[in-house]
Amino acid sequence: MLSENHAPMAQNNPMVLRLSKAILEGRDLALWRGERLLFEGLGFTVDPGGALLLRGRNGSGKTSLLRLIAGLIPPTSGVVLWRGVSILDHEFFRRDLHYVGHRDAVKPLLTVAENVHFWSNLRGGTGTTAALDHFGLQEIADLPARFLSAGQRRRVGLARLLSSPGTLWLLDEPVAGLDEESVEALLVAIREHRASGGVVVACTHGELALENVQNLSLQEI
Amino acid sequence: MNAFFVIVRRDVTLSLRRASDTISVVLFFVLAIVLFPLGIGPELNVLSRIAAGTIWVVALLAAMLSLDRLFQVDADEGGLDLLLLAPLPLEAVVLAKCLAHWLVTGVPLILSAPILSVLLNMSLKGFPVMVLAMALATPILSLIGAVGAALTVGARRGGVLVSLLVLPLLTPVLILGASAVDLALAGLNAGPLLMLLGAMLLIAVVLCPWAAAAGLRLTIE
Repeated sequence: MLSENHAPMAQNNPMVLRLSKAILEGRDLALWRGERLLFEGLGFTVDPGGALLLRGRNGSGKTSLLRLIAGLIPPTSGVVLWRGVSILDHEFFRRDLHYVGHRDAVKPLLTVAENVHFWSNLRGGTGTTAALDHFGLQEIADLPARFLSAGQRRRVGLARLLSSPGTLWLLDEPVAGLDEESVEALLVAIREHRASGGVVVACTHGELALENVQNLSLQEI
Repeated sequence: MNAFFVIVRRDVTLSLRRASDTISVVLFFVLAIVLFPLGIGPELNVLSRIAAGTIWVVALLAAMLSLDRLFQVDADEGGLDLLLLAPLPLEAVVLAKCLAHWLVTGVPLILSAPILSVLLNMSLKGFPVMVLAMALATPILSLIGAVGAALTVGARRGGVLVSLLVLPLLTPVLILGASAVDLALAGLNAGPLLMLLGAMLLIAVVLCPWAAAAGLRLTIE
C-alpha cells in the first residue's frame, strides 16, 4: 500500500523512481504451449503508475503472456510477483486485477447496463453509471447487448474497468474495433488510472499512444 | 456471499429471458411421459407398475438436455475467464451456477412430476415420497452434471459427451429414487432410501464443485 501512495511522486521524480518498489514483476518467465516455446528468460518490472506495452507479431505469445500475468495459465518456469508476492499465493491479487480479453464477455440477452453492472457487482463495485458515461454508453444503456456493433461491445467490455476498483489493468488489444472518440476515452481512463497509482499492461500490434511506457518485444523463437 | 447470489441471479435471469431453452426441458419431460401410454397401451396395471421408473428415467434424460450449455456459453463469450478471475473461489462460482441450473430445470421437474404420474395411473400413496425424492435427486443431477459439463468445455459435440460421462454416475440416484417411490407404493417405509439420497446430495455438494472447478481450470489453460 505504501508504494501505491507514493506513485504520483515517483512518476515525476527520477530519484524516487529508482528507489520505489516495483508493484508488478516478472522473473525469468518461460512458457511452452504444446510443442512450441513461446518465450523464455523473460523479465519485467513495473512501478506504481507505470505501463507496460507488449509488442510482437501475431502468434508471438502476447495474449499468452497477458493470461499468464492474470494467473489464467501457469508459467512453465519463473514467477510473477504482485506487491512482492507470487500471484498464485496472493490473497487479494484477483481483487486488484481487471482483465479485458479479446472476447468481450458480453451477454447478448442482458442490457448494456446489466452487463456492466453484473461484473461490477461481482467485484463489489458501485461505478456502473460513471463507467457507462465515460465510454458514451449511457444512451444505449437499456438496449439488449445483442443489438450492439463490435465496437460498442468492446466499449461495454472496457466499461468494466471503471465500474469497480482494480489496480492492475490487463488489456488485450484494447483498441481493436474502436472509433477515435472511444480510443480517446480509453486513453483518458488509462491516464487517470495511472495518475492514481494504477498499473496498465496492454498488448497491441498497432499503436497505443501512452506516455512513459515500457516496451516489451516478444520475438518469435 | 453477495457475489455468489449475484451470479445466481444473473444466470436465472438469463434462463428466463431465453425461455425456450428452459421450457424445452419440461416439454421433453411431459412429451416423453405422454408417449409411454401410447406405446405400451392403456393397460392400467402395467402403467402403474412402470410409472415410478419411467418418470425417473425421463427426468434424468430431460435434465441432461440443458447441461452442455452450463459453462460452454460463458466459455465462448469470454466470461469464463472473468469468472475464474472473480474475487470469489471458482468452487463457489460452480456452486452458484449449479444452484441457478437447479432453480430453472430441477424445480420445474419436481413440480411437473406429480401431474405426470397421474397420467401413468400412479397411486396417490406415492406422491409425497416422489416429490421428496425428486427434491433430493435433482440437485445431484445439476451438481454431477456440472462436473461433466466442466470437463467437456471446448469439446465438439459436448452434449453427447456430457451424457456419456454423467449418466453412468447417476445410476445410483435413479435406482434409489425409483425404488423409494416403489416402496412407498407398496406401503413400505421409504425413509432409508431417502436418507441415502440425502447423503448422496451432501457428498455431491461437497465434492462436485471442487471436481468441476478443477475441470474448468484444465480446460481454460
